[in-house]
Amino acid sequence: MNRGAYVLRRLAATLPVMAVVALFLFSLLYLAPGDPAALIAGDNATTEEIACIRASLGLDRGFAARFVDWSGRVLQGDLGQSIFTALPVTTMIAQRIGPTLSLMAVTLLLSVGLAVPLGVLAAWRSGGWVDQLVMAAAVLGFSVPVFVVGYALAWLFAVQLEWLPVQGYAPLAEGLWPWLRHLLLPAVALGGVYVAVIARTTRAAMLEVLRQDYVRTARAKGLAPAPILFIHALKNAAVPIVTVIGIGIALLIGGAVVTESVFVIPGVGRLTVDAIQRRDYPVIQGVVLMFSAVYVLINLGIDLLYTLLDPRIRY
Amino acid sequence: MSANPTLVPSALPELFPPLRPQRGWIAFVRRHPMVALGAALLTMIVLLAALAPWLGTVDPTRISPIARGRVPSAAHWFGTDMLGRDLYSRVLYGARVSLTVGLAVAVLASVLGLVIGTLSGFLRRLDGVLMRVMDGLMSIPPILLAIALAALWRGSLGGVIVAIAVAEVPRVARLVRGVVLTLREQPFVDAAVAAGTCTPMIIWRHILPNLAATMTVQATYICASAMIIEAILSFIGAGTPPTIPSWGNIMADGRAIWQVKPHMVLIPAVFLSLSVLAVNLLGDGMRDWLDPQQPQRI
Repeated sequence: MNRGAYVLRRLAATLPVMAVVALFLFSLLYLAPGDPAALIAGDNATTEEIACIRASLGLDRGFAARFVDWSGRVLQGDLGQSIFTALPVTTMIAQRIGPTLSLMAVTLLLSVGLAVPLGVLAAWRSGGWVDQLVMAAAVLGFSVPVFVVGYALAWLFAVQLEWLPVQGYAPLAEGLWPWLRHLLLPAVALGGVYVAVIARTTRAAMLEVLRQDYVRTARAKGLAPAPILFIHALKNAAVPIVTVIGIGIALLIGGAVVTESVFVIPGVGRLTVDAIQRRDYPVIQGVVLMFSAVYVLINLGIDLLYTLLDPRIRY
Repeated sequence: MSANPTLVPSALPELFPPLRPQRGWIAFVRRHPMVALGAALLTMIVLLAALAPWLGTVDPTRISPIARGRVPSAAHWFGTDMLGRDLYSRVLYGARVSLTVGLAVAVLASVLGLVIGTLSGFLRRLDGVLMRVMDGLMSIPPILLAIALAALWRGSLGGVIVAIAVAEVPRVARLVRGVVLTLREQPFVDAAVAAGTCTPMIIWRHILPNLAATMTVQATYICASAMIIEAILSFIGAGTPPTIPSWGNIMADGRAIWQVKPHMVLIPAVFLSLSVLAVNLLGDGMRDWLDPQQPQRI
C-alpha cells in the first residue's frame, strides 16, 4: 500500500475513536446531576419559566436528538457555556491555555532532552552504574506522584534555598528568564514519570539495535562510540521512542492539572479544578474533550511520522 | 579384612550431598530481592493500616480548636492540621483508604479487562465494537477520565473506585485480547477443539490459567497507579469525600499553609510514595519471577 492510502486510512480510523470520546463525554453531561435550566432561571423562577428555558435550550428532547445537536455545535467550535460564569467554554479555555502550553512545552523539551541521552547511555554501558541509576530512577519516577515531587522540589529549592519562585507564573511577554524561572520547578516535577517512561523505552530499544550486525561493522571500522550511538543506532531505535513520547503526552496532560494546583499556575488545569469545585460540568466536559482531541491528533501525527522515520514500514 | 568405611555406599550421601536447589525464604530473598523488599514494605504499611486503632491513635476526625497547626511533638507525633486533628492518626487511617482503593481497583479493572479482552479475542463480531470503544476511552488521558467520572459520582468512595477502574480497563482489555489471540493459535487449544471441548470450557481450562501470571503482574501495577490517582483526585477535590481521612485529602488540607508547616503535606506524601514504591517493587519483581516474557508495564 502506498503512503497516500495509508494516510487516508489512518485519518479515517480516528473518526470512530473521536465519536466514542464525544458520545462518552456527552453522556457525562447528560447524566450530570442538577438542572441547567433551573440554574439559569435563578431562585425566584416559576416552574413555567424553567420549562420555557428548558425548551429554548432544547433540554426537553431525547438523548439522540440532543447528542446530534451537541455534536454539530462542537464541530463548529462551540463547547457550550459555563454554568458558573455564563462565558463560552472556548473563551474560558483560550484565556487559560497560555500557561498550560508553556508548562507542557518546557516539560517536553526538558524530559526528552534528558531521557533520551540517559536511555542511550544506559544501553551502551548496560549493567554499569548509569544503567543501574536510570533503572532505579525509573522505578522511583513511577512511584512518586507528581504533586509529591512538586512539593518536595518547591520546599527544597524555593522555600529553603530560595533559588526559584515558590509558585506563580510570568507570561513570556515579561521576558524569557522570568517565564522560565517560574516554569522550571513545575516542569521538573511534571516530567518525572515522563522521563522514566522515555528513558526505559529508549534503553530497551537501543539494547535491541546495538545487537545488530551493522553496529558491529561500524565499531569494526573504527567509528567513535558517539556517532555509532547517536547516528547509526538511535535513528533505528527511533520508532518505539517516538511512540512512547506521543503516548506519554497523556501523562503530561493529566499531570498538568495537578502541577498547576501545586504551583498555583493559572492554566487550564486550575480551570478544571475550579470547575470541579463549582460543579461546572460544561467546563469539565469541554476541557476533557479538548485535551482528548489534542492527544488523538498528536498520536495521529506521530503515526504518520513513522512512514518518514522508517521507510521499510509497509501497511 | 575390612573395607574402608568411607567407601561403603551408604556413607556416600554424607560425603557428596546431592545438588539440590536452595529452599526456604532466605534463598527466595536472595533470588528475588525486589519482591522481598516490596513485600516487606507493603506488609508494614498493611499492618499500620489494619492495626491503626491500637497504635496509639485517636479519632482521626476529632477536631480540637486549641491544638491547631502543631508541629510534630511527643503529644502529636506528626503534629496536627489546621482543625487540630491529629495527623499521626489521620495518616494511619489514610493508609486504609489508599490500600482499599488500590486493591478494589486492581480487582475490578482486572475482572472487567479479562471479560472484555476474552470476549474480544473469541467473538470476532464483538471485537470491532469493543476495541473501538476501548480505543475511544484510551484516547482520554486516564487522569482526566477519572476526574470526569469522579466529578459525576462525587462524594463516595465507591464512585472513586469505579471511576479509576474505568480509566484502567482499556489497557488491560487490550493486553488480554493480545494474549488470547496468541493463545488461540497454540496446539493445545487446537487439540481441545478437536476433542470437542466447548468454547467456555476452553477459556476456563486453557486460556485463563495461561493469563494468570500476566494478570497478577498487571494487577499490581494497576494497584500502584490507582493509589496515585486516588490521591490526585482527593487532592484536587474530586475524590474521596473530605470527611474521610485519605492521604490526598490530608495533603489538600495542608495545601494552603504548606510553606510555613511543610510537614502537613510532606508526611502523607512520604507515606503515599513509599506505599506505591512497595507495590511497584513487588510488581517488577513478580514480573521477573512469574512472567519474564512480559518486558514492560502497559
